[in-house]
Amino acid sequence: MSAVIESHDHDHHHGPAKGLTRWLFTTNHKDIGTLYLWFSFLMFLVGGAMAMVIRAELFQPGMQIVQPEFYNQMLTLHGLIMIFGAVMPAFVGLANWLVPMMVGAPDMALPRMNNLSFWILPFAFFVLLSSLFMEGGAPNFGWTFYAPLSTTYAPPSVTFFIFSVHIMGASSIMGAINVIVTIMNMRAPGMTLMKMPLFVWSWLITAYLLIAVMPVLAGAVTMMLMDIHFGTSFFNAAGGGDPVLFQHIFWFFGHPEVYIMILPAFGITSHIISTFSRKPLFGYSSMVWAMASIAILSFVVWAHHMFTVGMPLAAELFFMWATMLIAVPTGVKVFNWVATMFKGSITYETPMLFAIAFVVLFTIGGFSGLMLAITPADFQYHDTYFVVAHFHYVLVPGAIFSIMAAVYYWIPKWTGNMYDERLGRLHFWLSFVSVNVTFFPQHWIGLAGMPRRYPDYALQFADWNMVSTAGAFAFGLSQILFLFIVIKTVRGGKKATSQVWEGAEGLEWTVDSPPAYHTFTTPPKVS
Amino acid sequence: MKLSNFAKFLVLSSLLVAPIFGWADWNALNMTEGATEVSKKVFDLHMLIFWICVVIGVVVFGVMFYSMYAFTKKKNPNPSTFHDNTKLEILWTVIPFVILVVMAIPATNVLKEIYNDEEGDVNIQVVGYQWKWQYKYLEDGINFFSNLSTDQDEIYNKIPKGEHYLLEVDEPVVIPVGKKVRFLITANDVIHSWWVPDFAIKQDAIPGFINTAWTIVDEPGLYRGNCTELCGKNHGFMPIVVRAVEQSEYDEWVSGKKQAAFELAQLTEKDWSVEELVANGESVYVKNCAACHQVSGQGIPGIFPGLAGSEIVLNNKPRNIEILMEGVQGAAMQSFANQLSEVDIASVITYTRQSWGNREKGDGEVVLPKEILEYKNNNQKS
Amino acid sequence: MNKSAKKTVKFLGFAVFGMFFFSFALVPLYDVFCEVTGLNGKVALESTNIDEVDTGREIKLQFISHNNEEMPWIFKPSEEVLDIKTGKYYTTTFYVKNVTNKEMTAQAIPSVAPSNAASHLSKLECFCFNQQTLKPGEEALLPVKFLVDTDLPSNIKSVAMSYTIFDITDYDKQELAMQMNHDSMHSEESH
Repeated sequence: MSAVIESHDHDHHHGPAKGLTRWLFTTNHKDIGTLYLWFSFLMFLVGGAMAMVIRAELFQPGMQIVQPEFYNQMLTLHGLIMIFGAVMPAFVGLANWLVPMMVGAPDMALPRMNNLSFWILPFAFFVLLSSLFMEGGAPNFGWTFYAPLSTTYAPPSVTFFIFSVHIMGASSIMGAINVIVTIMNMRAPGMTLMKMPLFVWSWLITAYLLIAVMPVLAGAVTMMLMDIHFGTSFFNAAGGGDPVLFQHIFWFFGHPEVYIMILPAFGITSHIISTFSRKPLFGYSSMVWAMASIAILSFVVWAHHMFTVGMPLAAELFFMWATMLIAVPTGVKVFNWVATMFKGSITYETPMLFAIAFVVLFTIGGFSGLMLAITPADFQYHDTYFVVAHFHYVLVPGAIFSIMAAVYYWIPKWTGNMYDERLGRLHFWLSFVSVNVTFFPQHWIGLAGMPRRYPDYALQFADWNMVSTAGAFAFGLSQILFLFIVIKTVRGGKKATSQVWEGAEGLEWTVDSPPAYHTFTTPPKVS
Repeated sequence: MKLSNFAKFLVLSSLLVAPIFGWADWNALNMTEGATEVSKKVFDLHMLIFWICVVIGVVVFGVMFYSMYAFTKKKNPNPSTFHDNTKLEILWTVIPFVILVVMAIPATNVLKEIYNDEEGDVNIQVVGYQWKWQYKYLEDGINFFSNLSTDQDEIYNKIPKGEHYLLEVDEPVVIPVGKKVRFLITANDVIHSWWVPDFAIKQDAIPGFINTAWTIVDEPGLYRGNCTELCGKNHGFMPIVVRAVEQSEYDEWVSGKKQAAFELAQLTEKDWSVEELVANGESVYVKNCAACHQVSGQGIPGIFPGLAGSEIVLNNKPRNIEILMEGVQGAAMQSFANQLSEVDIASVITYTRQSWGNREKGDGEVVLPKEILEYKNNNQKS
Repeated sequence: MNKSAKKTVKFLGFAVFGMFFFSFALVPLYDVFCEVTGLNGKVALESTNIDEVDTGREIKLQFISHNNEEMPWIFKPSEEVLDIKTGKYYTTTFYVKNVTNKEMTAQAIPSVAPSNAASHLSKLECFCFNQQTLKPGEEALLPVKFLVDTDLPSNIKSVAMSYTIFDITDYDKQELAMQMNHDSMHSEESH
């Protein structure tokens, strides 16, 4: 995705540097956005390969492919890589490309810190993945790394795991600071907060969440480090500590984290549905307030991940009610998207297909989430495949589909080339069918009693595990098609206009496709 | 995409996908209603919430799919421009809120009932270990471990899998029907979780702390459950089996267990023959040792030491005993002093010293249960 | 970068460090939160003195023991069940014996079920307040002097008091003792 020097650019900016050093030292938000997006795609494929190992082992009952110890390493790394390596960096990449253009700013507020934020990520993942080759193997305690399994009983690589998590956290925090300062301080004159595009709003709120909770994750892993190496007893009952304290601190981070992984998706969906319905987004201010409410509520629901831990009744009731409450602002968003489509003038290009699928399938994930909120029922769902089905629905046909939608939607802007619409639709349908074949049966596998993080299972779960695995492989293969489509588009295609999409609104659609290396060096006037 | 093409595609993909759905097993699709009043209430609650979600989904997706059909660019080339309606926003904020309150009321009541933990007629301390469960009946002093009893060969696909593959144990928990049974749940090492779906009980087993759960089972039967908190490599291999029986049968079982404990104490004192020790030792070995050291005694090079031809097993009886009683520091070999009886430890050591050619190559020494008891009372290291 | 942007960066920087320290503050904050709201699940690790009353009711107490990680001592309650009246002090003991040939130190950690009974249990004396060191072959009867107050919810008829002993021979015992004292300064915590 290269940017081109505009001949009528007033400020005589030089074009990008040549060669490898361009990418190593760039402070340009477009370049850094590109780096994040490619990195996240690579991590998506790596994490996906691990998912294939998991699903291959689960194809049939019995242990066929890997040993249980290695299986636990796969499921741990799969989670860590998808969350911290694929979804989060993809959204940061989108933020980098889009936020400055959408607010009419020339770049992010702290361009050099922006570069650092990116480049520490490949380093962090190199450290994490190299743990596979260390003695004792990679981390094997789940991406949620509960103590004391992750402290007293952890393999030696746990120290590298902690180090790598610190670095990922630092990257996210620096990125969040950049986003907030850019949005709060560099908007073009006339762009009040309530005139900002929804993707910008979604990222503003997400960035505040990141500032609030990534340091708490850092605290949790630091306490782990201290327990493991410095003789403290935060999570060790022998020293007066409490393993459950770990869970409280972790989920205080962990719950807002899942909203960090979905809010930008909400922003993207609002843009795409509005454009392809050729109708303004319904209920702009409600949509903003809904996202803000979701973010605030996300701080007071964390213990719904811990309903079986033995909390007092009053606590369980509080967390049940608070969790159920989040359904209200979330529902408001879904209704507003539907109302945007209602009496619109809809066409079904690939971005719209992914966005519609997002709304439907994320809502299904939301329903299973509501079921999980009901504490006494959760006693039967917790740590089963019902939970696995829930979070994969909100993350895969949820977050990941929104990222794909965003790529299809904005890639003509980034590259100046239209992607191949037929191939895009093929990718969509393959992904849509396979993702449902993979994850829908997991709901009833879980209800029927199969626990999660199991490398093997009782015979009654065999048929649907086989189906799920078949779906997973089909989904994995379909993403190779996506890779092909992206590369093909970068290299060439039908030339895109500035507007690209009939009905698209926003400052990014006023610049060239592809945009100049430096856009909005003079701020635009916003009415 | 034209509607007709879309319809074509939908039919095609359904045809492709349908066979999978047609051939697979639809029987085990939903949560169990279970065997207790509480489990039935939980099931009913689950179904209530589920159906409410279905109705909401049908309504919302209905409007959406209708829009997708009726408001294509072709059918509606001039889109409306409305983009705000405060009344509507309020309506679709308040109505869901009311629906949530409707859901929260039965949910709260069922939870309150589950938390009504007064006392139990039978109290059982449940301890999660890596990777098995221990049950201690507080009233009667009965104490035993419950291990997965599925053959390793079934797991590794050498022989066909049995009906209760991975859901069978050597010693189930036995409880009386119609009585309140209270479980006091903790763990020995990492966090585990004790789940029996038919009782709608799931509580985490946390080292150093105790959690409680209770049940009153209506129907005699076998109820199977699983560990539901990642606890290391054999997390998937430590199931739970509860056998609920009529009170009279329960009483018989209790006195049988007490009798067995008494007899075991006597057994420890008696003089065993080599053949008796080896026979008992073989079954102990298969159940407790073969997973790592293999049935052949060869172990897995680099990971689990072989016992066939091992110097310790051949010639070093004191060290052999010490390893079984203490475990090995820094290795996966744990102490079996608290998990196996003196008879079983003596038998299994004897078995290894007498098998795989070890008797011929080494000192072929036998270990008596008495010797293990002596070690326990006087020599045990920290 | 303009002044306002610099201010935002500074503010966010402080927020980041603030949240990092907040996560550490969560450790004692739980105790405070539980005291204020009355939510409780854990048992105090320090001595509390409460006046006895005559208006109590009868409940059953069950004593449970467990050796964490199969630590080799013999550890069991002298009385497994005790019928008591709320509002009065009682003493019971736990038998321990170091059956090994090395001196060892253990720490007993208490836990109470049901969890809402924990805040109604006061201990004047408990072997769980201190580390216990036993020479090889040494045995002891460790006392607990406790009271269950009359505010115990009326639906609770049976309380289980569990002790888990941990082998802390290899721990830095001085540091551990300091940590325990620090924890017990905040009497109750929620789970």
